[in-house]
This record gives sequence, C-alpha cells and structure tokens, in this order.
Amino acid sequence: MDNMTIIAVASILVAGMTTSFGTLAPALAEGKAVATALTSLAQQPDASATITRTLFVGLAMIESLAIYCFVISMILIFANPFWHYVIAQTAGK
Amino acid sequence: MRLTPDEWIFWQHGFLKLNATIVFTWVLMLLLAVGSKLVTRKLSMDLERAHWQNLLEIVVTGIEKQIEEVGLHSPERYVGFLGTLFLFLATASLFTVIPGYEPPTGSLSTTAALALCVFVAVPLFGIKERGLGGYLKSYAEPTAIMLPFNIISELSRTLALAVRLFGNMMSGVMIVGILLTITPFIFPAVMTALGLLTGMVQAYIFTILAAVYIAAAVGSRKAKVEPALKT
Repeated sequence: MDNMTIIAVASILVAGMTTSFGTLAPALAEGKAVATALTSLAQQPDASATITRTLFVGLAMIESLAIYCFVISMILIFANPFWHYVIAQTAGK
Repeated sequence: MRLTPDEWIFWQHGFLKLNATIVFTWVLMLLLAVGSKLVTRKLSMDLERAHWQNLLEIVVTGIEKQIEEVGLHSPERYVGFLGTLFLFLATASLFTVIPGYEPPTGSLSTTAALALCVFVAVPLFGIKERGLGGYLKSYAEPTAIMLPFNIISELSRTLALAVRLFGNMMSGVMIVGILLTITPFIFPAVMTALGLLTGMVQAYIFTILAAVYIAAAVGSRKAKVEPALKT
C-alpha cells in the first residue's frame, strides 16, 4: 500500500472510532450528573434555580469533551493536512 | 463541504480576504449598535415606557441578576463586558433563522478571539479589585506548589472556552448541511431549531463561565453582612 492509501485508511478508521468511543464516557457522565441533579431537586425543590443552573454548566463542561472528539473527526475528514500534502505531491508529480 | 464560514470569500485582494465570518460579524455589530442607540434615544423613568425599552430592561436586569448569583457583588461593573458577550453570542445564533446566514461563531477565529477577550479581562478585573500583588499572590493559593497548575489551568480553560463554542456552532451547521443532502426538508428544519437551542445554551454557558472565572479572580468574598432591620 502506498502513502496515499495508508493515510486515507488511517484517517477514515480513526475518524469513525474517535467519535464513537469518544462520546461513550461523556454520555455516561452526563447521565449520572442529571440523575444526581434530579435526586437533589426532589429533596430540595426550593433550590431548583441554583441546581438547574449548576446542572447546565456542568453538562456543558462534560459535553465539551465530546465536542473535542467531534472536532478531531471533522478535521480528519475535511481538513486533513496530511491528505492535502499527499494530494499536492501527487498533483505536482 | 464547507467546514467554517471562513472559506466563503466575498472579496479578495492579494492576501486581504473578506470572508463570510468578517461580513456577518460586521452585520451583527451594526445591528446591535444601531439598535441599542435607537432604543436608548429617549429613555423614560416613569411607568409609561416604550416597548423596546421595556425589553432591554428585562434583558439587562436578567443578566445582572445572573451575574449576582454567580457571586460577583456590584454587577454593574461587569455587566458591560459580560452582557455584551451574551448579547453578541445570542444574536449570532438567533439569526440562523434567516436563510443564507451562517453564524460567525462557527469559525475558530471568532471563538478564539472571544476566549482571548475573557483571558485578558479576568486578570484586568482581578488586578482592579485586589491590586497587582494581591492578584499575583492568588496564583500561589493554596500552596506555592500549585503555581504551575494554576497557570496551566488558566490557559487550558481559555482554550476550552474557544473550542467548546466553536464545536457546538460548527456541528449545528454541519448537521443541517449533511441532512439537506439525504433527507426530506422537515428534518433539516427541525435540526436548525435544535441548533438554535444549543446556540442559546452555549451563549449562556460562555457568559456564566466567564463570570465564574472573573469571580474567582476577584476573590468572591463572603456575602456582605445582611442589612439588619430590613422591615
């Protein structure tokens, strides 16, 4: 397999695996966070504003980890510098 | 497939590029500045006030209340910076209902610039409140061993701010673009609505996180002593 094929196969494989495995852990963590928030809401409904706001901030921070994985996948598929370099080399030849 | 509005170039001269990010940012700036100027031309303090003034007052007092809840006393000092952040991000994602518009926050340049603004503003507010020595000493809290970790955390949370906003905005636009090619029109429309929701949530998150960082730098002291005899 020449360079182009190796780069293409590696990019596609890793892009798929990044998103699929990278969203596992944040999903579990967000589920746990929401469950705990619901429990504490049931125990203290007066603090619902604070709990809701803190829940959303926490969810955003956990979500950003999944977003990092998504951004890496997008870069590998659409803005891959190694692919551009190899294409430029083949075009130049 | 266009990853960011950076690649949609309107005009080019040498290395000066006028791309969609810059143009849409200018449009937003124009709308926000001219709109607020028009609304605040004749402010009235009575019970009779124009609708737009009412709306703006609701928005501003809402933001001030949120800043206060985060732990920043005297929110008037911070509402200029934080309110502008929130309004810019909210309108940037709100205008996606207009066809042909792409949010400028879908480009890493815009979000990096906003995160850099927060990165510069946090020490500024901290130094204004605690003085240069007091602020620098806060990096060595609770012990001096934490100094490199505090510095690294400053840089990494700025990066996280930028990438979080960019990722959310870009993914919204990209999902709609991909769905447009494969599904009937109802699904991209629904995804645009979802993108609207996440855009507003991300605007709120960005502002609240900036407020929390400023509160940490200012050294959120305990709440002032309750005013006694409040009948």
